[in-house]
Amino acid sequence: MVEVKATKATHDTTTVLSWYRRMYEIRAFEEHIQKLFSKGEVRGTTHLATGQEAVAIGTAEALRPGDKVLCTYRGHHHCLARGMSPERAFAEILGRATGVCGGKGGSMHLTDVTKGLYGSYAIVGAHLPIAVGMAWASKIRNEQDVTVVFFGDGTTTIGAFHEAVNMAAVWSLPVLFICENNRYSEYTPIDKVCPVPRAAADRAPAYGLDGIVVDGNDIVAVRDAVAAAADRARSGGGPAIIEAETYRHGGHSRADPAKYRPQEEVDAWLARDPLAAAERTLLAAGVDTAAARAEVDASLNAAVRAALAAPEPDLAAMYTDVFAPEGAR
Amino acid sequence: MTTINYRQAITEGIARAMRRDERVVFLGEDVGEAGGAFKSTVGLIEEFGPGRVWDTPISEQAIIGAAMGAAMNGLRPIAEIMFSDFLSVCWDGIANEIAKARYMTGGQLEVPLVIRTHNGAGMGFGAQHSQSLENMAMMVPGLKVVAPSNPADLVGLLASAVDDPDPVLFFEHKNLFNDKGEVPDGDHCVPLGRAAIVRPGTDVTIVSLAAMVPVALEAAEALGGQGVSCEVLDLRCLAPLDLDAIVASVEKTSRLVVVEENPRACGWGAEIASLVVEHAFWSLDGPIMRITGAPVPVPFAANLEAAAIPSAAGVVEQMTAALASA
Ligand SMILES: Cc1ncc(C[n+]2csc(CCOP(=O)(O)OP(=O)(O)O)c2C)c(N)n1
Repeated sequence: MVEVKATKATHDTTTVLSWYRRMYEIRAFEEHIQKLFSKGEVRGTTHLATGQEAVAIGTAEALRPGDKVLCTYRGHHHCLARGMSPERAFAEILGRATGVCGGKGGSMHLTDVTKGLYGSYAIVGAHLPIAVGMAWASKIRNEQDVTVVFFGDGTTTIGAFHEAVNMAAVWSLPVLFICENNRYSEYTPIDKVCPVPRAAADRAPAYGLDGIVVDGNDIVAVRDAVAAAADRARSGGGPAIIEAETYRHGGHSRADPAKYRPQEEVDAWLARDPLAAAERTLLAAGVDTAAARAEVDASLNAAVRAALAAPEPDLAAMYTDVFAPEGAR
Repeated sequence: MTTINYRQAITEGIARAMRRDERVVFLGEDVGEAGGAFKSTVGLIEEFGPGRVWDTPISEQAIIGAAMGAAMNGLRPIAEIMFSDFLSVCWDGIANEIAKARYMTGGQLEVPLVIRTHNGAGMGFGAQHSQSLENMAMMVPGLKVVAPSNPADLVGLLASAVDDPDPVLFFEHKNLFNDKGEVPDGDHCVPLGRAAIVRPGTDVTIVSLAAMVPVALEAAEALGGQGVSCEVLDLRCLAPLDLDAIVASVEKTSRLVVVEENPRACGWGAEIASLVVEHAFWSLDGPIMRITGAPVPVPFAANLEAAAIPSAAGVVEQMTAALASA
């Protein structure tokens, strides 16, 4: 087991401010979603990642443009971190024609191939073998890209996780399995359903891999762990399992008040909020964060307005994209 | 032209696809070094090497997922699932991921892959290795479903399937392995979604698929001897379905019999019967007849297994009775 500790290294305030800004954008984006949801504007369900922003930004910082990312139904943060347009993400979640998937995906299926985002998957664990295949193709074609696949701690108990890691390991594929351990799968604490303390990392040795554990609320620690694993993978060193320890501040999905969690646990993790921590660092260095927030707020407000004003998909869109358009090759 | 059997046609079809397009890779359990559980992939790893023919762990979910990921990332994978019964182990990947990727992403993702699998009863493999499951795939929008009945079609349909921009489930029937046939050389290609009239006739249309095609042909031969002229249609594909060919044949003969291997409930024949009622009702001179597998798990004992799936004699008997009472 390799533990990547929270770093004490100081970074210049411009960098920290940019991280802060990007985390704040995710946080504010999700607050909009929560509000739109309570107003009945968002159909179905949504899964917010409030508190987990540092994993997304830290990973995004470590990746190159050609790298591939696959995430889950809890994936707004990964998509925004990777550069998805907030307006098109809003539009998708609102079911509008201008959404990233033309309104046919929704909150759980945000996808933007132009940003290296190869889908958000809503069947627990299903995307891990798919990520293996993406990495397999990169290896066959001698490309240096790595594929990153995000999943939760609860996902380590489904068969697809084990099949995917095993195959990636025996074929030595450039795929990084990043477990966001937020301690809960829906409403069940992970320690009730998993016999080892580190759901993903403790299983790694069974596949001949080192389990890598990292403070998921520390952007630098995440970035360094992912960058090291990605470097190794690019040079043929095979896959890695990285377990980022973090916490979702809210419930599993929009309507879950998360009453099943001990208050001391919630308080302890709220005190470690990565966004607040970045703000404290900046304030201590005399940097005011209000301007950054105001800018992000203004642009997100405009994005929501534009998304709300966007048309619903044309009814004809119902029958497109089931198969390739005639003659496509 | 070369004359080969159905099993050799599998190897030939894969090899041709791999020679034609270097993006084609092939993966599955025992498909490489071992030459396939049914020896239907012998020699591929020797010709194409382990960089294109990949032996996998026993991991159906990983096989299907890896094929999907590779297809999304520019390759044209052919994945083998050893027995079609095992498709249920990776049904999530097939029905929820592969079939829906293009749609849910508004056309951003493409999954051009072929899943080949050994299908059907007749060889004494018992209930978990003998099912005929094309109809399960037919229910899922976004999948193409192919089931060839002879070596030439196998090679030609596989060529089209590998070339197709969409995912194709390709069912190879185990009971046809030793059937021989001529396969045209070169770029022999059979388009998806076109049925073949394998025996023309005027009195009754028999629609069939895969191993039921020879059964239907044998029955048609016997009925011909009794003065009943049967037109036999080999569907080749369930999706896309060649409804035009079915309707045209029924308009000619005015009677329809569907012979399917799967158990009756929700079999693909029900879909065809309902489509013909919608599209050619006034051409029908009598009730549509469905001859299907028995509603039981496929039994092991030879006599029971034979009785559980349609046979030529059974088709003749049922059709004769129906025509007598018409
Ligand atoms: C195969 C499958 N089983 C169950 C579910 C229902 N479900 C959705 S999310 C979830 C919990 C997953 O927890 P985890 O992997 O820890 O991810 P997190 O939600 O914490 O990000 C469950 C059980 C599902 N979507 N797919």
